[in-house]
Amino acid sequence: MKRLIYILLGVLFGMAMYKAEAASWFRIYEMFNFQSIHMYGFIATALLIGVIGIQWMKRSGAKDIDGQVITIKPKSKTIPRYLIGGIFFGMGWALVGACPGPVFVLIGAGVFPMLVVAIFALAGTYLYGMLKDKLPH
Amino acid sequence: MEWLMNPWPWYVGGALVAFVMIALIWLGKTFGFSSNFRTMCAALGAGKSCDFFRFDWRAQQWNLLFLLGAVIGGFVSVQFLSNGTAPQLAETTIAQLHEQGFMSAGEAYAPTELFGSWSWHNILLWAIGGLLIGFGTRYAGGCTSGHAITGLSELQWPSLVAVIGFFIGGLLMVHLFFPLIF
Repeated sequence: MKRLIYILLGVLFGMAMYKAEAASWFRIYEMFNFQSIHMYGFIATALLIGVIGIQWMKRSGAKDIDGQVITIKPKSKTIPRYLIGGIFFGMGWALVGACPGPVFVLIGAGVFPMLVVAIFALAGTYLYGMLKDKLPH
Repeated sequence: MEWLMNPWPWYVGGALVAFVMIALIWLGKTFGFSSNFRTMCAALGAGKSCDFFRFDWRAQQWNLLFLLGAVIGGFVSVQFLSNGTAPQLAETTIAQLHEQGFMSAGEAYAPTELFGSWSWHNILLWAIGGLLIGFGTRYAGGCTSGHAITGLSELQWPSLVAVIGFFIGGLLMVHLFFPLIF
């Protein structure tokens, strides 16, 4: 039953990304040219609801489905990994016009070149795993 | 039904994504799509050659199911919820892209110039893009879902640093490298 919920949430996510055009290369290009409100409005709406939702869960001591109090795992307080890693990812995002979610949404939508993107993303992840200890974090 | 078949407004997309994130937190999980790449590497046996992939990837199966759902969501959108309307881009964007040879701007969902043919040039670009996405997301510890949506919603400043990085990278690619590539 729980498995079905994850699949259904994924379906909803995939539909939202595709139908609201966050999975379109053109929309990403437009965003990085600051020529439309579209992607900024998309992210701002998600954040407005997200901030309110998470702050409410945190302050009310809300519990998750297993009865655990919902807590936020703090991310490590450092800059290099987020900035450098972020720049690498940003370049890939702009080049193929898709972040990891939309890569798979587009495979479902029949944009099969995204299979190549996904395979090389696995290779890139493996490369990071191999180089991890030599990189500044 | 027409509203369902037409492109959905950005505020509908953004609201649905926020709902998905909150639902995952309520289920005791987190919204982080790129973690799936690490999970897949581990499932494919990368743990034999690299410590980073030596973990109980089976505990992440829920996220692979979410990924499967995303694929289905893309399929359903195209097959049953689409009337073929292309994104209504800004006029300036369309003019700019036409000038750079992207004649499908304003007429297609994905540019046919980049994804329409399996030329070596295109395949090379997909491969480079994939490498950058896989390497960058793991280095930064997350992608748009984990940092730009979840991390910022949690008001965590490291995620803001990551998002600033995403934008530096994206701006570099579009304004510095695109004129050299296309």
